[in-house]
Formats: sequence, structure tokens, C-alpha cells
Amino acid sequence: MTYLHNIGSYFLMIAEMFRKPTKWSVMKQLILKDIDDLIIGSLGIIAFISFFVGGVITIQTALNIDSPLIPKYLVGFATRQSIVLEFAPTFTSIIMAGKVGSFITSSIGTMRVTEQIDALEVMGINSLNYLVFPKTVALMLYPFAIAIGMFLGILGGMAACMFGGYSTLADYITGIQTDFEVFHVIYSFIKTFVFAFVLATIPSFHGYYMKGGALEVGEASTTSFVWTAVAIILLNYVLTDMMLG
Amino acid sequence: MIEVTDLHKSFNGVEVLKGISTTFEKGKTNLIIGQSGSGKTVFLKCLLGLFDYELGTISYEGRIFSQLTEDDKRNLRAEIGMVFQGSALFDSMTIAENVMFPLRMFTKQSKSEMQDRVDFVLKRVNLDDAHKKMPSEASGGMQKRVAIARAIVNNPKYLFCDEPNSGLDPKTAIVIDNLIKEITEEYQITTVINSHDMNSVMEIGEKIVFLKDGLKAWEGSKKTIFKTDNKVVTDFVYSSNLFKKVRKMYLEENS
Repeated sequence: MTYLHNIGSYFLMIAEMFRKPTKWSVMKQLILKDIDDLIIGSLGIIAFISFFVGGVITIQTALNIDSPLIPKYLVGFATRQSIVLEFAPTFTSIIMAGKVGSFITSSIGTMRVTEQIDALEVMGINSLNYLVFPKTVALMLYPFAIAIGMFLGILGGMAACMFGGYSTLADYITGIQTDFEVFHVIYSFIKTFVFAFVLATIPSFHGYYMKGGALEVGEASTTSFVWTAVAIILLNYVLTDMMLG
Repeated sequence: MIEVTDLHKSFNGVEVLKGISTTFEKGKTNLIIGQSGSGKTVFLKCLLGLFDYELGTISYEGRIFSQLTEDDKRNLRAEIGMVFQGSALFDSMTIAENVMFPLRMFTKQSKSEMQDRVDFVLKRVNLDDAHKKMPSEASGGMQKRVAIARAIVNNPKYLFCDEPNSGLDPKTAIVIDNLIKEITEEYQITTVINSHDMNSVMEIGEKIVFLKDGLKAWEGSKKTIFKTDNKVVTDFVYSSNLFKKVRKMYLEENS
């Protein structure tokens, strides 16, 4: 029953988020601040992880298809497919559930604990619109961060090939161009948009409706990470089945 | 004026407010006092519309809160200033930005007009040189004064304060009390203060509502509270020997 109640409350929160919008001049600044906090602030970790995971995928693929019957360009092909289809949109989003999600839950949760949300409500401000809407809009730029992650992942694979000698640069470039389907990138970005919405709203829900003190803020951050990750994994399956199945 | 009639509020079947009726007058500092768990905070949150209640009415100048649309409730709340127990200043904003916040949200003033108003209210609460400080850099007393400045910056008709003196030293507490009283008289605001600080009761209690176990046990003022023989009130207000002596002296002088 608690799960159903929470799911219902989550959708009511989303509906309430769009009611009584905050003044645009204020909202604009909130969105820009959240873009800085959530997107720009995450680029470093996304770039770092993507580059090195791209390299690891390349090394593991090369080592596992070490057969004279399999063409070397498949290393590049497998790296591209892995990064574009799964690693960049899905696994980066799970990592972001830890970074961005915890930040959102703890910042909103702290505002709840210190009565800052009550202060907004007492002033007649729609606190959900004020707090959650700008984060949701800011995270709609998340696909750009993922695009950078895709590029750097493939670049990381290329670097591994060049410096590790797992395949030639020419083979790798041939591989990443082989059987390229634009729809795979579109599929990946559609997933990313959905995950971005989940990344903004589920942590906000856990922060906004938390009760208690500082200890509960920590608990809410952990719970929010778990449920954001679960939602991303489930939605990944559903969307993949719908679009590629 | 705020009129409360027969207010009932329960949590999970436990009745916390059991039919409270009272009025809070304009231009006066109205105090709600009582022991911890007596229902003071719940009562205040019902007045503010942060809690729904099962029965009764709360009327702001004839506007019955429960009958207002969501938009009208939000418009009414724009007329309310609130000083929270922990000040509830926005961590990410400077002190000046905190005070300017209601102006940015609800007025169409230019930046220079807003800045002038912020300068004025910060000066009013004796914080002329704290504009660029972050709330975390301010002391408890300063934070309370910023909260008061933020609450009055938009010329509210109603000012609510939840334990404005909690965590403050006696000297700063008196400064805050006097500031609230001065502002209430100066701007003719209806001020409701939730407190269990007996100094506040004696200093600024122009109207006092005493709650016990969710019921209004007594109602009066700082003058009548000395004379009352209501045992529930005297047990609470004169629980310390100092206040017992003060009361005795007062009664002897005025007998």
C-alpha cells in the first residue's frame, strides 16, 4: 500500500509542479543556476568516466575476439554500439543518480528540515514549481552531456587502441563507421530524455516529502538513489523493448 | 483581525486541537503560550494554512480560509509575513537577497526600488552592514532579525512568529521582542507570536492565549495574567521562583 501511495503522490507532485508558475524573471535565474549545478557541474565526471570506460570496453572486446577469423574493425564497432546504445545513456544515468540525484534530494530535504519549504508556501509560492520545475528544465540539457560522453567514450576506445596496440587506428575508425544507424542515436537520446526526467523528479520527490532531521536527509538520499536507479533500469528495459524489440 | 472559531485538528485519530476560538487584533502583539505538546505549533500552522483542519473556521478580515480557492489562498499568503523558529533563511542567498526575495516574487518594482526597500528594512532591524553576508555567517540573533526583515519587507497585514526567541541570549531576545512590538504598532500589523518565553509574555503580551492539551485554557493580557487565579495558568507562568516573586510584588503593589 505504501508503494502505491508513494507512486500516486509522485504523479500528483508532477501535476502540482506545473501549476501556478513562478515569475519568469525568477525562474530564468533558477534554471540557469540548476544548469550550472546539475549539467555543467557533472561534465567533468561524465567525461572522465566515459573516456576510461570507452578504453576498457575496447580492451575487453579486443581481448575477447582475438581470433584471425574475426576482423579487427569489430573492436571499434562493438565499442561504438556499447557506448551509444547502453553505456552513455543508461550507465552514466545511474552514476548521475548518485551524483545529481543525491544532490537534489539532500538540498531539497535540507530545505524541508530547516522549514525553508514552509517559508516558500507561507509566502504563497508554489514550492514544487519553484524547486522542482527548474531542475526538470535544466536536466533537459542532459542529452548534451551524454553526447559529450558518447564522443569521449569512443575517443577513449581509440586511445586504448592506439596506445595499447589492440587494433590499428584505421581499423578502429572503420569499425565505428560500420553499419551506423542514426536511429540508434535517436533511441539513445529518447532514453536520455526520459532518464533526465526521472533524475530530476524522483530525487526531488524523496527530498520534498521527507520527514525528520539531518539523519533522515541522508536516508532519503540513499533511498532516492535506489529508486532512481530502479526506475532507470526498468524504463531502459521497457523503452528498449518498445523501440528496438 | 483574525478570528478563529471552534478549530479542531487531529493526527491519526488523536485530537490535537479541541475546539479553539479566539481573535487576534490588528496593531497588537498576540501571544499563544503553553507547554510543549499543548498544540501551539499545530495551531499556528493551521492559521498559516500549512495544516488542514477538520472543523472550525479561520477568518482573515472576513475571508474564511477554508472557503478560499487555491489561488486566493496564495494571494492571502502574500499578505502574510512569517518568522520561523529556525529563521528558515534561504542558504543559497545572501542576507540582502533573502530580504529582497518576496519583492522579487510579488512586486514589479525595479531593482533600484527593491534595493532601496531592502536597505530600509535592514536598517530598521539594525543590520545596515550585513547585506553581502551569507546566512551561515550570521549569528542566531542576526538571522532572526533578517527573518523579521524578510517578513515585513512586503508590508504584510499579518505577521506570524514561531518562537522568535528560542536559542537567543536574554539581551538579544529582548531586542527581538521590542523590534516585533515596534513594527506591529508602526505598521498596524496583526501579529501572532507562538512562545513559551515568559519574558516575552511579560514584555509584549498585549493579548495572550494559553493553550493546554489542545484547549484554550485561558485568555487575557500581560496585565491580567498577574491577577489571574486560574491554577493551570499560574502553574505554568509562575513555575520559576523568580516569576513567583515578581507576581507577589506586583500584586502587593497593586492591591
